[in-house]
Amino acid sequence: MTEIVFYLFATILILSAGMVVASRNPVHAVLYLVLAFFNAAGLFLLIGAEFVAFILVIVYVGAVAVLFLFVVMMLDINFVDLRSGFSRYLPIGGAVGAVLLAQLVMLGLAWKTDPQLLSVVQAAGADAVDNTRAIGRLLYTDYFYAFQVSGLVLLVAMIGAICLTLRHRKDVRRQNVDQQLSREIADVITVVKVESGKGVQL
Amino acid sequence: MDNLHSLMIVLPEVSLAALGLLLLLVGLVNRSNTTHVVSALTVLSFIITAATLISPHRLSFLMGGTAPVFAFGTMFVDDTLARFIKLLILAASALSVFLSGGYLENHKIARPEYPVLILFATLGMMLMVSASDMIALYVGLELQSLALYVLAAFQRDDAKSSESGLKYFVLGALSSGLLLYGISLLYGYAGTTDFVKLSFVFKDAAPHTIGLTIGLVFVTAALAFKVSAVPFHMWTPDVYEGAPTPVAAFFASAPKMAALVLFLRLLREPFMPLAMEWQQIVVFIAVASMLLGSFAGLAQKSVKRLMAYSSIANVGYALSALAIMNKDGLSAMLIYLAIYFVNTLGAFGVIISLRKQGQQVEAIEDFAGIAKKNPLLALAMTVFMFSLAGVPPLAGFFGKYFIFLAAVKAGMVPLAVIAVVTSVVAAFYYLRLIKVMYFDESKQIIDACPCFGVRATVTLAALYMIIFTVWPQPIIDGAIAAISGFIRG
Repeated sequence: MTEIVFYLFATILILSAGMVVASRNPVHAVLYLVLAFFNAAGLFLLIGAEFVAFILVIVYVGAVAVLFLFVVMMLDINFVDLRSGFSRYLPIGGAVGAVLLAQLVMLGLAWKTDPQLLSVVQAAGADAVDNTRAIGRLLYTDYFYAFQVSGLVLLVAMIGAICLTLRHRKDVRRQNVDQQLSREIADVITVVKVESGKGVQL
Repeated sequence: MDNLHSLMIVLPEVSLAALGLLLLLVGLVNRSNTTHVVSALTVLSFIITAATLISPHRLSFLMGGTAPVFAFGTMFVDDTLARFIKLLILAASALSVFLSGGYLENHKIARPEYPVLILFATLGMMLMVSASDMIALYVGLELQSLALYVLAAFQRDDAKSSESGLKYFVLGALSSGLLLYGISLLYGYAGTTDFVKLSFVFKDAAPHTIGLTIGLVFVTAALAFKVSAVPFHMWTPDVYEGAPTPVAAFFASAPKMAALVLFLRLLREPFMPLAMEWQQIVVFIAVASMLLGSFAGLAQKSVKRLMAYSSIANVGYALSALAIMNKDGLSAMLIYLAIYFVNTLGAFGVIISLRKQGQQVEAIEDFAGIAKKNPLLALAMTVFMFSLAGVPPLAGFFGKYFIFLAAVKAGMVPLAVIAVVTSVVAAFYYLRLIKVMYFDESKQIIDACPCFGVRATVTLAALYMIIFTVWPQPIIDGAIAAISGFIRG
């Protein structure tokens, strides 16, 4: 059963990854990317790494892919132009790819995995603690320091992004609550006695 | 109880971080002088942190503070070396904040984030020099670098500043990648990221695994990038030229010290058993930096690029002290750093204060004849240039002298000879600036900015250069104590 599910996820993953590169419409490419992420998350679930699986969905699908969509829709990039040299470079690119693939296969055939390593790989899901809890326990004890400093790094990134890009436009009228609340009657209203037949001079 | 103990050890860093967060809030107050207030409070925060760092209460809590103490497992270490260099870093950062005020206002980029970013960069440096674990090293380094990238691009409407920020960011990200790759190799072969355990692994791995050596080379290359040593120096002149001048001054002082001391701790603690492997790398990059820094500096027309090449050459001297790796060499390096950062901040202070029609002076030829109109500034610049060149009565001479002496004592005579020869070559461009200031006819009107902060810094730095000659004891004793506490530990 697990094998069937694995091959299902893996096939869809590879197909949709291929479509990311092949599809002509950039919006379709991003949607295929989302599909690829979902299937990768499924693979993670199969090996019992549910934390990584959900992070993948939340962060990559929820944030990164949506960001991609925004960028693709907002920037007018002509992807057909970008791909204009495709057929010209196909032979050389294909040759390099083939050599790399052959080398990887050779490496895979010659690779001997240390039997001890297998026990390490399985250790993650072996005990009763689910891995979200296990990661949490490590993060808030042994790696508390690194975790907190990472928080500071993110804070600095945020300050940096804001102070490099935020601009206060002068030509946009904003609501200024302070100013609104501190207005006095005398500042804005003048009571004028209107003499009949003369009107008001503004 | 254990966590309380850890918190006491990192108290200076925790208080600096807390003050930084507070200052972010202060910066939100929308007044015309907010940046001034935040700058002043930043300097105050540095002073508070320094006071916490060496307060007798904390030291007595750390059992006298001579032996190294660890916090958060073995992530963070507090020892004499870390305390000494942290004081220097805090001083350099405070002086950099002083240098910035007038420049920021003149270029209409005075915003309260600027001192806050300097504060967080400083915090990153303090965490770096206290790192005792590869992960702690990386997060500290990244905190520092990220703040520095933003500072380089701070003059965001200026194409050059944005370019320098982007260039620094892309290359810095590349070097972080190299660092992480090296760390992952080390972790893969050694099974730990802890410095102390790593040193045991290296000691036992009698026929050293080739993977460990490759990891070592990657980590060394990444750190060489951070200290801008040849052949990883290409970004330095461009970034210094494009970044706002006070930012370039900051780059040349505090981050250099932090990265060099991080380098020192890494080579001395986990990598000491591999000394045969890394010593040749360090000697090579030291010699290459000294040669390139001195010879390429000769052709420069912009004074900021000149200072960049000068900083490359100076990193070369510090690295050759690092290559010696005995007590003499390391304390010579600390003394060198303690002199160099004041020297370079002072020189940058003079550059910042010179203006022609409100514009910043950049070219060396603009210095022509400033001695007539601003004799005191010219005198200060002369002191800094003579000191950088290593002319005897000034502080810079002693910095180089101790390094050369340590090299000769350790039997590394060729290294010492190269160092002497390159410092003679570099003396040419320092002396040329003095010649331009005193003997060339001025073509345009150059004013000195009346900024108090810059003047105070330049005066202080110039006095330091002279006072060090008659009273060098505090620095020398401090450096020797820092190193003997570190090496024993």
